[in-house]
Amino acid sequence: MSAPTKGSGTTWVGRAIRRLEDPALVTGQGRFTADLPAAHWVRFVRSSVAVGKITNIAAPEGAHVITAADLKGVKRIRPMLHKFNYIPVEQPILAEDVVRFVGEPVAAVVAMSEEEAEDIADQIEVEIAETKPLVDARDAIAKGATLVHAQVPINVIVEGKVRTPDFDATWKGAHKIIKVDARSRRQNATPMEARAGHAIYEASTGRVTFTCTTQMPHLMRTAIADVLGFPESDLRVIAPDVGGGFGQKMSLAPEYVVLVWLARKFKSSFAWTEDRRENLIAGFHSRDQHVTLEGAFDKNAKLVALNADILANIGAYSCFPTTCGVEPLMAMAEMPGPYDVRQYACLSRGVITNTCPMAPYRGVSRPVITFVLERLMDKAAAAFGIDPIEIRRRNLIDKFPYTSAMGLVFDEATYKQTMEMAVEHIGLPAFRVRQKEARAKGRHLGIGFATFSERTGYGSPAFAARGMEITPGWETVILSIDPSGFVEARIGSSPHGQGLRTTLAQIIADELGITPQLIKVIHGDTDRAPYGWGTFASRSLVISGGATLIAARKVRAKLIKIASHMLEAAPEDIVLEDGAAKVAGTDRSISIAKMAREAYHQTHRFKGEIEPGITETGTYDPPGTFSNACHVAIVDVDVETGRVAVEKFLVAEDAGLIINPMIADGQVHGGIAQGIGNALLEEIIYDSDGGILTATLADYLPPTAHEIPPIELHHIETHTSASITKAKGLGEGGTIGAPAAVINAINDALSPFGVSIDEMPATPQRIRAALRAAGEAA
Amino acid sequence: MKPAPFIHHVPKTIEEALAILAEVAPQDGRVLAGGQSLVPIMAFRMARPAHLVDINEVKGLDKLAVEGGKLVIGARVRHAAFHKNVVDGPLGKLLTYVVRHIAHYPIRMRGTFCGSLAHADPASEWCLVAATLGGEIIAKSKRGERVIAAANFFEGIMSTSLAEDELLAEARLPLLPADAKFGFYEFNRRAGDFAMAAALVTYRVAGGKIADARVGVGGAEDRPRRIPEAEAALNGKAAGDEAFRAAAEAAAKAVDPLEDVQTSGEYRRDLVRAVVRRALEHSA
Ligand SMILES: Cc1cc2nc3c(=O)[nH]c(=O)nc-3n(C[C@H](O)[C@H](O)[C@H](O)COP(=O)(O)OP(=O)(O)OC[C@H]3O[C@@H](n4cnc5c(N)ncnc54)[C@H](O)[C@@H]3O)c2cc1C
Repeated sequence: MSAPTKGSGTTWVGRAIRRLEDPALVTGQGRFTADLPAAHWVRFVRSSVAVGKITNIAAPEGAHVITAADLKGVKRIRPMLHKFNYIPVEQPILAEDVVRFVGEPVAAVVAMSEEEAEDIADQIEVEIAETKPLVDARDAIAKGATLVHAQVPINVIVEGKVRTPDFDATWKGAHKIIKVDARSRRQNATPMEARAGHAIYEASTGRVTFTCTTQMPHLMRTAIADVLGFPESDLRVIAPDVGGGFGQKMSLAPEYVVLVWLARKFKSSFAWTEDRRENLIAGFHSRDQHVTLEGAFDKNAKLVALNADILANIGAYSCFPTTCGVEPLMAMAEMPGPYDVRQYACLSRGVITNTCPMAPYRGVSRPVITFVLERLMDKAAAAFGIDPIEIRRRNLIDKFPYTSAMGLVFDEATYKQTMEMAVEHIGLPAFRVRQKEARAKGRHLGIGFATFSERTGYGSPAFAARGMEITPGWETVILSIDPSGFVEARIGSSPHGQGLRTTLAQIIADELGITPQLIKVIHGDTDRAPYGWGTFASRSLVISGGATLIAARKVRAKLIKIASHMLEAAPEDIVLEDGAAKVAGTDRSISIAKMAREAYHQTHRFKGEIEPGITETGTYDPPGTFSNACHVAIVDVDVETGRVAVEKFLVAEDAGLIINPMIADGQVHGGIAQGIGNALLEEIIYDSDGGILTATLADYLPPTAHEIPPIELHHIETHTSASITKAKGLGEGGTIGAPAAVINAINDALSPFGVSIDEMPATPQRIRAALRAAGEAA
Repeated sequence: MKPAPFIHHVPKTIEEALAILAEVAPQDGRVLAGGQSLVPIMAFRMARPAHLVDINEVKGLDKLAVEGGKLVIGARVRHAAFHKNVVDGPLGKLLTYVVRHIAHYPIRMRGTFCGSLAHADPASEWCLVAATLGGEIIAKSKRGERVIAAANFFEGIMSTSLAEDELLAEARLPLLPADAKFGFYEFNRRAGDFAMAAALVTYRVAGGKIADARVGVGGAEDRPRRIPEAEAALNGKAAGDEAFRAAAEAAAKAVDPLEDVQTSGEYRRDLVRAVVRRALEHSA
């Protein structure tokens, strides 16, 4: 990896300080859900067939087994959208009379240990009258296809359509039409820690504490209490240390409902730790899309209209709370990406099949749409006989704010600048020379660019536009100083590895004139943290960070007020630094600790002019801000075997003000690793009977350190007016740009063969098949 | 992913081990060596042995020595033993080169050479080494001892001619002549994964011509084996691109490729062609 980006040094914000959360994590002191002891362990019996009617469930004598019949009065999970012809489908907590995908939970076995539960689960016989499944989205929308849910005609559960007024006329007048027919195969987010839950009943209060590995503790509380029909106040949800989520841990797992139900019913503790096979089969999937994209260009290679047809395979049920609209509708809204194009037509459909339900995965649809759009740009460049950089120069947005054909408002960004920066640092002319020399020796190097926008930190209006019944967006932070002078921020967001405790502490430290190490950030406990939406959609630093700044400014104002009272000085003359309030230009000062004591224990001195205590709340619900970047991959394609090695990766990124450069770089590095996996390796494969062929990590292949090249990062910091901290989100960008850059690089390497690789992952076998079909003559 | 219940036996001597094995073998008793294949399979419950005969404390099985022109490798010798040269000459170099392709460091610290042979994964590097070099397997049981030639040992995917009550006590590899050349190449999608095809070649050059060529291919068929058609394309030819390509082509034609979703027969032949040629190039 290249040297970490350094910060400025005069403020805490902008400095690459070490993560406050790491000492515990790297010394084995982290505490995860599976660390909790439990009286009972649960193992789920899952359907081994994709679709059919359950005719019998036979359990061994004396086994404690829960099936749908036991869950009387428990509601089904019912995610809801109020737009886009969405048809609600309900998911039973345990399969009722039919199963709809391999891995669907059919029964829960309760035993005294995990081993015993698995032994018993092994002996349970589920008889299912199997029928023919639908696995591929194209088959599911074919005429005469069977229906996965009777109420969903032609298996289309959500459908977005758009056609700008002048689309048809512009299309007719276009100079060239370029088409990409792309396929993105199915993926699993593979967090290091698979799912896990632990529910314990507390006899003294009648409450249940449910610890689980989630990105959204408050939403889990709402969802589980709703489904089971009891007050939310009787449920405490805790997200302890969480070993990654990447979106997979946003959605409600039906398994979690069973655990809380068991704890309430049997007044004891019940735990479940998902194993990797369950996670790969049933822990939500993503990115299974067919996209056909056509671009109409004028004679100067300026894009004038885009026409997209998107089919997203959303699996057998819709996920809660986002609904399965998240992939097809995001694809529709953001397909035009960073390019200026006024005319746009799109048909985007979410298709139900007999496969594992889809849920958001880091980047959601954008890795797919960026791949397709960037293929379109490269193909168009080739058709016009111009450089891939030149065609982007002619089409990237460069006036702000820019309102897209879909009505999205793009704030200040640097699409062209980051691309030029990337071109300069990668040394494009020198690479072309090296490429030519290598080709003469039979080695096929390629370079690929991806320019993209990353919509981040968007509040409730953006989600409302999607018609979500549960409309996320805002965040609340409660910031207080206790009588001993220590600072605690309680946040509704719920980090799971990103370092938010550190970055929020940096923001607070600058406002209050203290060091970040003195600040505790409390999250992931519905009894202690204010209601919030958790962590997803590159939102936490922007939204929770904004709420933190608002709260910190209020606390700052209060401290100044107290100091001015205690030091008998004008508020304008007071500065907060080094843990104290000082009167500028004098040696008079008072420590925050002293002020805190006063604010709690000597309030009579305030004579009613200052309220007791130091606790302030900040809430933030911003419109959203677009980060941007240009990714460059250099690859070496072995044409005899089809293997692709990524030799180098470079990023020029603009995510606004960078609060902690080390953490920002880490986010980009991790995202790129996943993006390279997406482009080359990772694929969930179903057979035609709906069985999964990639149910272990020997078959589903996340990249290892060996497959990840050195990554060089460059930043531009555009201080946007769309975010009060001036920070933009960057949690997803790595995954968004990397696949497109890698695939474009492969195609550049293979350009002498006249092939086009438009499928992800670009596996060695697929590359060889394309070369063989092209006759391989280079 | 918790194994089904089993009884764990920890014998200290070979006699004790063979006695227990004779007793428990009919109840699906199995030898546990490094556990790097068996334990994952048990975790998936694809194997449910009722008894495990753990040989990790059996005395004498850690032998690693040259005897009678052969390298003797006892059943407790770990992959990692070959990280450094265990014998002078080309064989030692070959083994240190090949071992780096097996899995990852922590797995090599536990997994054993003999366990790999007993497990008989078609893509195992050590199985390919034994098959190509003409190794011998020493099988011991309460009934006695026998020597099995590698060519008669591997019977198919994870299937060998070892009887269920037999312990693979040691493997023997013939030393290579001092002037022998060797080459190895394997193809996989990620570092450390099992090979989708691998080739090991050895030969000598006498009077400018290749002699005693051995071309072994692993991971492509249900077991590793020598490919006589490829060897014929090499013997008597000058070592160089022309002979190497001819041998690679012959091997690609000769194999009966394993197929799966990620690997069509056609693609596997492509890989065999590539790995054989590259192993030969590596040797040169
Ligand atoms: C992630 C991963 C990647 C891997 N990659 C590779 C790779 O690239 N190449 C490769 O070759 N291997 C690979 N392996 C497998 C590894 O090399 C194993 O160590 C090896 O296959 C088996 O050796 P073991 O000592 O661990 O045997 P065990 O797992 O203990 O046993 C395997 C089988 O052999 C039997 N057995 C073992 N020893 C004896 C004996 N002395 N007598 C009779 N029967 C015996 C056991 O009963 C069992 O059936 C990988 C393993 C993992 C987990």
